[in-house]
Amino acid sequence: MDKRKLRDLICTKLMLIITISASILFFLILFTLIFKSGKILENYSITDLLFSSTWNPGRNEFGLFAIIIGTILVTILSLIIAIPISLFSAVYISEYSQKNIRRVIRPFLDVLAGVPSVVYGLCAFLFLVPIVRDFIAPAFGVQSTGLCLFTASIALAVMVFPIIISLCVESFTAIPLELKEASLSLGATKWETVKKVIFRASAPSIISAVLLGFGRAFGETIAVSMVCGGKPDIPSSLFEPVQTLPSLMASSYGELMSIPTRESALMFVALILFIVVFIFNLIGFFILKRTKRKWKT
Amino acid sequence: MENIDKRNLEEKIFKIIMIVSILIVIISLIIIIGIVIVNGASSLNLEMFTQTAEGGLYLGKSGGILNAIIGSIILALPATLFAFLIGIGIALYLQRDFTHPHISSFIRLSLDILWGIPSILYGIFCVIIMMYLGIGESVLFGIIALTLLELPLITRGMDEAMKVVPVGLKEGAYSLGSTKFETAVKVVRRQAMPGILAGVLLGLGRGIGDTASILFTSGFTDDIPTSIFDSTAALPSSIYFLYNSPIESVRQKAYAAAFILLIIVLLISIVSRALSKKSVKYVIK
Repeated sequence: MDKRKLRDLICTKLMLIITISASILFFLILFTLIFKSGKILENYSITDLLFSSTWNPGRNEFGLFAIIIGTILVTILSLIIAIPISLFSAVYISEYSQKNIRRVIRPFLDVLAGVPSVVYGLCAFLFLVPIVRDFIAPAFGVQSTGLCLFTASIALAVMVFPIIISLCVESFTAIPLELKEASLSLGATKWETVKKVIFRASAPSIISAVLLGFGRAFGETIAVSMVCGGKPDIPSSLFEPVQTLPSLMASSYGELMSIPTRESALMFVALILFIVVFIFNLIGFFILKRTKRKWKT
Repeated sequence: MENIDKRNLEEKIFKIIMIVSILIVIISLIIIIGIVIVNGASSLNLEMFTQTAEGGLYLGKSGGILNAIIGSIILALPATLFAFLIGIGIALYLQRDFTHPHISSFIRLSLDILWGIPSILYGIFCVIIMMYLGIGESVLFGIIALTLLELPLITRGMDEAMKVVPVGLKEGAYSLGSTKFETAVKVVRRQAMPGILAGVLLGLGRGIGDTASILFTSGFTDDIPTSIFDSTAALPSSIYFLYNSPIESVRQKAYAAAFILLIIVLLISIVSRALSKKSVKYVIK
């Protein structure tokens, strides 16, 4: 066999091996987490772990219910803030803005997407926390330290903006021009076209953007742990501190590492996080792929 | 048909809502940059760049963040390099020349999902391996965690760039007798260069700014590491550990680190734009 063919063969097989090992990385992480959380599942039932709400590792109580609710509340609240703002921004960028405005906005979004989460956390801590503590919470007649559900949700919402906006802009611009023109030529206003043609045609993509945003918000660790207050109770108002699953891992990892049961409890938290984010991302990317195929044909 | 005035009014109202939304997005970025610059600029001085931190994690008053700057460099650059080397192999292999589209689309999906996995899980995964091997917090595993974190992003970026390489170009190379691998390296890679560069820079940006994955893998210390088994500080982790210190001069270090990090992110964004514009010149259309 000549030298070039041999090199081709070797390099191709090497690439195959790398590719296979990268695709099993996912399963490797999953199985390690399952294996590692085995210890806690031996001693406690899953329903106990998921539905009892006292998290007190010192007394060997590992109820995650309050923390799960906290995570869901923070995530949903941040999406309620982020979805309308991102959606309208995306419509503006793709349908209304002139080309030169678009050229200015694009780099802005890129930078917003690139800002590290710890910097988001720092800014929320320096800027939002005092505002919530001194103005917003008193305006509702509540006392708050500023480290609360509300602050965490706003910080998360800002972090989710670039994801939802860029996915929506992409799907809006993929819609065939003829569809929009047909609607405009029948005398519909631009907004009516957006509402009845664009939103309807790209509904699946919008849903997938929201799901991916959910995955991002659900797993965000550092920024949330800096501003959420870290109290493992179900919050009774917007201005109460909360705890989320990823933030729990970040903040209590060092102290819990030494004792096997506690360590295993944290691995179980990681497993929940992994599975939830996996499911949302899977559905999100699946829808995204199908809609891309739809407009290509 | 509804009254035309009413419809035009609706149009106007929604246009205002849209402009308000986009302003909210832009203003929030301006606020972020403003806060970091205002706090960072006042805390920046020569000491920050030339001295390592002193006096322990949370309470050390004097010194700078040289150790964190160096830590970030020795974590993020090798990680990006490794992720690039592994990623380019995968990205080339995912092309139609090597793999059946059914298989490659499955691998793409799994990479996309890996991209969305929270970074703390990569950290936890590495910690499990570290415990198994009996290695403590170290530069080595910081690099590994960041490599895993950057890999899906870089790979998918390069893959998307390679996907759009015209089939005709590849066929030209094949018809001249080159092998698959030669075509991939000499034609596809060169043609996809702008996208490859953008992908690598995006990965570098994600790696250098990520905290959660290096929190438990590389640790935090005042000293500059001397071997790959030493623990090290990095810019994002020094923000995370120092931002709520009761001592003003310690918090200054966190602000300075945030300032440097933001500058790096801005630079990466500018450079990747400039680079892709520059290398587009050599791409055959």
